[in-house]
Amino acid sequence: MAKMNMLHAINSALDITMAEHPQACIFGEDVGYFGGVFRATSGLQEKYGKHRVFNTPLTEQGILGFANGLAAFGAPALAEIQFADYIFPAFDQIVNESAKFRYRSGNEFDVGNLTIRTPYGGGIAGGLYHSQSPEAYFAHTPGLKIVVPRNPYQAKGLLRAAIKDDNPVIFFEPKRLYRASVGEVPEEDYSIELGKAEVIREGTDITLLAWGAQMEIIEQAAQKAEEAGISCEIIDLRSILPWDMDTVAKSVVKTGRLVVSHEAPITNGFGAEIAATIQKECFLHLESPIERVCGLDTPYPLALEKEYVPDALKVFAAIKRSMEF
Amino acid sequence: MTNPNNISLNISHALEFIDGHALNIPTLKILSDQGDVLDGATAPDIDKETALRIYSTMRFIRLLDERMQGAQRQGRISFYMQCLGEEAAVTASAAALKEDDMIMAQYREQAAIHYRGFSLEQFMNQLFSNEKDLGKGRQMPVHYGSKELHYLTISSPLGTQIPQATGYAYGQKLKHIDKETGELTSEIDNVTICYFGEGAASEGDFHAGLNMAAVHGSPVIFYARNNGYAISTPADEQFKGDGIAARGVGYGIKTIRVDGADALAVYAATQAARKIAVENGEPVMIESIAYRLGAHSTSDDPSGYRTKDEEAEFKNSCPVNRFKQWLLKQNWLDEAQDDAEKEKIREDILAALKVAEKVQKPTLEDLVSDVYDTPIPSLQKQYDELKAHIKAYPDAYPVTAGRIK
Repeated sequence: MAKMNMLHAINSALDITMAEHPQACIFGEDVGYFGGVFRATSGLQEKYGKHRVFNTPLTEQGILGFANGLAAFGAPALAEIQFADYIFPAFDQIVNESAKFRYRSGNEFDVGNLTIRTPYGGGIAGGLYHSQSPEAYFAHTPGLKIVVPRNPYQAKGLLRAAIKDDNPVIFFEPKRLYRASVGEVPEEDYSIELGKAEVIREGTDITLLAWGAQMEIIEQAAQKAEEAGISCEIIDLRSILPWDMDTVAKSVVKTGRLVVSHEAPITNGFGAEIAATIQKECFLHLESPIERVCGLDTPYPLALEKEYVPDALKVFAAIKRSMEF
Repeated sequence: MTNPNNISLNISHALEFIDGHALNIPTLKILSDQGDVLDGATAPDIDKETALRIYSTMRFIRLLDERMQGAQRQGRISFYMQCLGEEAAVTASAAALKEDDMIMAQYREQAAIHYRGFSLEQFMNQLFSNEKDLGKGRQMPVHYGSKELHYLTISSPLGTQIPQATGYAYGQKLKHIDKETGELTSEIDNVTICYFGEGAASEGDFHAGLNMAAVHGSPVIFYARNNGYAISTPADEQFKGDGIAARGVGYGIKTIRVDGADALAVYAATQAARKIAVENGEPVMIESIAYRLGAHSTSDDPSGYRTKDEEAEFKNSCPVNRFKQWLLKQNWLDEAQDDAEKEKIREDILAALKVAEKVQKPTLEDLVSDVYDTPIPSLQKQYDELKAHIKAYPDAYPVTAGRIK
């Protein structure tokens, strides 16, 4: 296995896809020769040509409209939105079109070949418009799948699964980890099943649940908890839609406690859906109220980012509240 | 000279602005209102069979529209949209394409899908949202679609099909591009036609779609149906400048404007547009000038925003009659036979309507299928719970209760 950072792992998944299908196309703003602002598509235009890896005009709704059409034609459409903060001009094409193509046509047409990649989240001093986590907006839309990887190995395997999945998938990449996270990644092809959470550490006292960049925060919090004699079970949700209720519920039945953490604002964040569902599924097993440690209901700030973000200490405090309830 | 701005600079020393209306794009007209080929005009090369198929499609759609508009008024269907006044614009443009070219329509283009072979029964099944509807009863009436006929299922949001057409057409072109050189290796075998109204041309998707098609060379024919009104908003409250066509030029797209009530002009323009698209691998724009003789939809009442005099003026330039007069002059059509066929079509429509409205509604399974390729676990759970609920209270759900397995 090779050491790769997350960008290399993503690049490798795209490379395999481009080699596999002669009509697969990668497109977005600056993704051509430049390789994208984060260089996730580096070297692919040289390898596959300007007609298959190309810059688009600066039009997110155009990128997604084009992608829907190309996918409906039958070609793998690998669209990049440069920052998840800029996905909103494409909201209509994603929510009203990608998500409903198959349903509204009675399966006459579909855009299962569509994969939308976009860097999300904070931690890069990006302020309001380069730090958002918009997964909950899309999680409210039947017809989409939403995936968030936590490290390079996951990124490659989940991205390959997203591309091969016969439904439109939004793949949120934690940009803070693009270069920061390095790990062993096979050069060859592999996939990680969508819709399955992963229990990355077993424990007995409390379940900690997160996804993407927030995983390393809850792992740090679990370390603190461990030092305080609290045994944490840690779950990476991996897929927001569909989400693996069974794995989470099974864990909460065992531990009796749950802390959910995400970067997006707390109100109507995806943690709310998880808390409501687990409350219904595990009501008689719960020892304390489900805790949510999330972003505040403010836009993502710049100078006071440290105060804003759900960090390990805030998660640890929630763990203690839950244990002492 | 050229520069990185991708513009050939033409330096001037006079401080001059170009007027926003300076482009005065001519309108191609071939047939007079009486059905004669105008002096100086050339009729396109069209065979008798194609011409009669165009005519019979227009005639059918006019009769279907008339009857289904009435059916909506009687409360038998929930909604309807007529093509009245734009039959030639839609039918003759569709006729100029190959049968397997892609059609991405807005909503008023039922003539195009009928030209391809969408049957009377298929129309009725969709309009009545019954279990035989290809769309499984999920969308409002007039949202037709058929993979077999290469006609993308209609989507209600306006203009969304425009950048999609650009992407679809790019796929059609990609098959013919040399991997090494990036050049076209052969003529493109299929194009996409994208219909939209002048109102939809105000949406962001229009600009996104045209710009991307121009930059990336998608073989798509953008067909703007400028019919004077976007629901009740007249064109002069919708845009300035020289119509929608001027924007095609602005995006660097070869553009033509045609008389949309003139089937021969539409046919000729679309044939030529297709040729440009397949040979050059680039988009083409057609702006068709017609008049929406009917209401926008059955939810609309044009008497509130336009005068009877205005409507009367355009009734004289009826596209169906104009083409009919030409066919009569070619001796390709027999008036008595035409009348008899009209009567027969009226009877067929009524009979099909009566059959379709008695066909069962879609099954409960059709409610949850096709959201994904297979239902995700949460949806499967909701479906199982719903079935159990309906079984417990069957009288409250008479359409589905008796059919649950």
